[in-house]
Amino acid sequence: MVEMVWLVPVLPLVGVVINGLFGHKTGHGAHKVAIAATGLSAAVALVIFVQVVVGASLDRDIYTWVAAGEFAAPIGFLVDPLSSVMMLVVTVVGFLIHVYSAGYMHDDPGYPRFFTYMNLFMVSMLVLVLANNYLLMFLGWEGVGLCSYLLIGYWYEKKSASDAGKKAFVVNRIGDAGVLLAMFLIWRTFGSLKFTEVFDGIGGAKAVLMRPSVLGLTLVTVICLLLFVGATGKSAQLPLYVWLPDAMEGPTPVSALIHAATMVTAGVYMVARSAPLFNLAPTALLVVAVVGAVTAFFAATIACVQTDIKRVVAYSTISQLGYMFLGCGVGAYASAIFHLGTHAFFKALLFLGCGSVIHALSGEQDMRRMGQLKEKLPRTSRTFLWASLANAGIIPLAGFWSKDEILAATFAGHHYLLWALGSAGALMTAFYMFRLYYTVFEGKNNVDHHAAHHLHESPPVMTVPLLILGGCTLVVGWLFGFPPDHGLYHRFVGSVFEEAGTAEHAISLVLTVVLAVVATLIALAGIGLAKAWYKTGDNPAPARFAEQFRGLYTTVLNKYWVDEFYIAIFVTFGKKVCRALWGVDAGVVDGAVNGAGWLTVAISRVSALFDFRFVDGLVNRIADVIQGGSQSLRKIQTGVIQNYLLAMSVAVLLVTVIYMAMGGGR
Amino acid sequence: MSVEQGLFYFLAAFSVALALIVVLAQNIVRAAVALIFSFCGLAGLYILLDAEFLAAVQVLIYVGGITILLLFAILLTSRIAGKGVRVLNEQKVVSGIVAVVLMVLLGLAATRGFEAPAELPKQPENTPRIGTLLMTTYALPFEAVSILLLAGMVGAIFLARKEEK
Amino acid sequence: MVPLSHYLVLSAILFGIGLFGALSRRHAISILMAIEVMFNAVNLSFIAFSRYLPQSQMQGHVFAVFVIAVAAAEAAIGLAIVLGLYRNFKTVNVDEINLMKW
Repeated sequence: MVEMVWLVPVLPLVGVVINGLFGHKTGHGAHKVAIAATGLSAAVALVIFVQVVVGASLDRDIYTWVAAGEFAAPIGFLVDPLSSVMMLVVTVVGFLIHVYSAGYMHDDPGYPRFFTYMNLFMVSMLVLVLANNYLLMFLGWEGVGLCSYLLIGYWYEKKSASDAGKKAFVVNRIGDAGVLLAMFLIWRTFGSLKFTEVFDGIGGAKAVLMRPSVLGLTLVTVICLLLFVGATGKSAQLPLYVWLPDAMEGPTPVSALIHAATMVTAGVYMVARSAPLFNLAPTALLVVAVVGAVTAFFAATIACVQTDIKRVVAYSTISQLGYMFLGCGVGAYASAIFHLGTHAFFKALLFLGCGSVIHALSGEQDMRRMGQLKEKLPRTSRTFLWASLANAGIIPLAGFWSKDEILAATFAGHHYLLWALGSAGALMTAFYMFRLYYTVFEGKNNVDHHAAHHLHESPPVMTVPLLILGGCTLVVGWLFGFPPDHGLYHRFVGSVFEEAGTAEHAISLVLTVVLAVVATLIALAGIGLAKAWYKTGDNPAPARFAEQFRGLYTTVLNKYWVDEFYIAIFVTFGKKVCRALWGVDAGVVDGAVNGAGWLTVAISRVSALFDFRFVDGLVNRIADVIQGGSQSLRKIQTGVIQNYLLAMSVAVLLVTVIYMAMGGGR
Repeated sequence: MSVEQGLFYFLAAFSVALALIVVLAQNIVRAAVALIFSFCGLAGLYILLDAEFLAAVQVLIYVGGITILLLFAILLTSRIAGKGVRVLNEQKVVSGIVAVVLMVLLGLAATRGFEAPAELPKQPENTPRIGTLLMTTYALPFEAVSILLLAGMVGAIFLARKEEK
Repeated sequence: MVPLSHYLVLSAILFGIGLFGALSRRHAISILMAIEVMFNAVNLSFIAFSRYLPQSQMQGHVFAVFVIAVAAAEAAIGLAIVLGLYRNFKTVNVDEINLMKW
């Protein structure tokens, strides 16, 4: 069955074709096509996953995509533990979200278009994780970027939505440049882009890779940093994270699928897949870890003060992605991927829960106009609670096991400052998640009257996926992750990273337990603070706290003015430069052209003058001369014959004289 | 000086003087009469040159025909009055010079060129000879001249006829 | 014997006089008379040559006959023209007849 892995991306592709070309016919039945495609794909993925667990694997080229001289890139699939885990997560979560969307997008006029794009996204993401070479992976990479744009700007008539889509695409593109440059360097060093060939060739190319390149960094460090730039863009890390909060303009299922569970994890996957290269570049790994930790902390601070429920969850996503990169950076690739998987489940659940709330309140997204929704939305609130606990990292839910592993690895690797950042982030994660939970589902009822009338739990088509995801959240963590670093999951995926030469940091059991306890205490502290401040809904403490640290509060509330900074530098300044250049062009070029025209007219005027005066004058003078001459000559005609006769005689005489003088007639 | 030479000089002077009168006379009738006598003088010169026939023809035609014609024309076109009118026009000086120069040139040419034979060649009888030449060698010009005369006659009659009012 | 050159000189003088008259006289008929003088001079020259030149066959005489004939015709027509002039211009002075003046 593993040879049939191509079915996994192709089935959604069929869905794209049907819904894309015949959308007007499928109409309200479009979801059937999409869900069927995704569901079948998930089923195949599950079968293949089971096969890989028992030892199957595949690395096959199906078709020669590019063959240009020495450069060749195939369409081929690589099925190993890493890619099969990713594949499973993508298809299962994707399937559940498709089911949910059938309910959420029910009244939307662009129904078939939505499912076409969703399926297209599935195709791209699956190609990305199943590719066996960098070029095909990049194809999927770009594809998910495209779908992100299409889906964020789904409600394109709304300007903020289309702007957000554009922003996402443009910022992603910056990252893509990095990936392209990395691919060029990889090909030049290894002569191939296929993963197996590249990684096998590391031994032989070591001398080349370790040679100093740009800025004194080794070549392999440069490659890895360029790859990481791409990951920064796709996975919304500092400094290219700015598109993710704006991406909340898209429909909530989109946020769930793309910006929580799958697309944003593509960066992490790429770094993990390129582990053999990263392991040769400790500087790059350090950069990855630092960026990850700082982003985790940074985003968590912003999430603490947001009032839009989706935005809170968005910043949470950015923060959790930071943890995943932190994990990669300290060598805990497997833990990072584990966190990726668990995060996919509970973050998707959080977003879908937000969607359920928004749907129930007829479009309201502001936390301050919610509250006391627990009774009316029982299933939503319960699953949301489980997801929040998971996100905060409470044992035995999913988030605990994976996040704890990462922080432990960080500590064990002697990156104490990074551990501190990560732990502080964890504190804030717990805080803001429960701030969100208490404000929305408990606290004071600030719901608007109109919305209150329509308040009802979501239909089963939406709640069932919530429950399924909730179940996964409860179970997946301890089922696959216990004991830490040695659970089922680790034994499955670890082999991939061992082959990559990942350095093992031995962690003693005592240390592990101590760190786990510390982490749990931190999380409980966060929850406790949130409970104290927000459970009842009329505690003035938060407001007073904000007042006391007003400067800090305003800064965080304005997201540290990063967006404004970017706009000022790139947009406004760029526009100024462009306008200046345009001014030069219009002035110089137009000036030159106009000047040339004016000059030509002036010259021609002078020339005309010359022609007029001189030439005409000449002609006129000649005429005058002739006239004068003829005026004089006409006087010869006297009319008297004897004058003519005289003239003739004189002429004859002259001729004769001359003749005789010349000696004629002798 | 022989008789011949004397006669020549007399006749020459006579002709020249009369020619001058023709050209310079105030009264045109006097000029016409002078012309008559000039013709006679020339006729005399022709006889001196053994050209009897030509002398006769000269007198007959010129004197008897042309001068009469001239006189009639003078009478028909004369104006009674105006005898103080000048005779010569304003280019008399120049034409005088031209005439003199021409005379000189021709005179030079005449005295320079021709070898007179020691003896005058024998000349046949005038009239028969001329007649023969006219009828044989110069028959064509002869006919042409007759036509010319005819045309002249017709033309003159036509030109001089009285205008129909 | 009178040399040929004498006759030729005489002819030249007569011709010159006739030319002077043709160029200078105002009366139209006077001009015709002067032209007759010129004809005569030429005739004299012809006859003289005819007499004195050894090869002559009296062509000079014949020519002189033709000259006389033509002179006659010409005089007739010329006088007819003068009559016409007199009728139209009321004058026989040729320097008063200058319609073809510039």
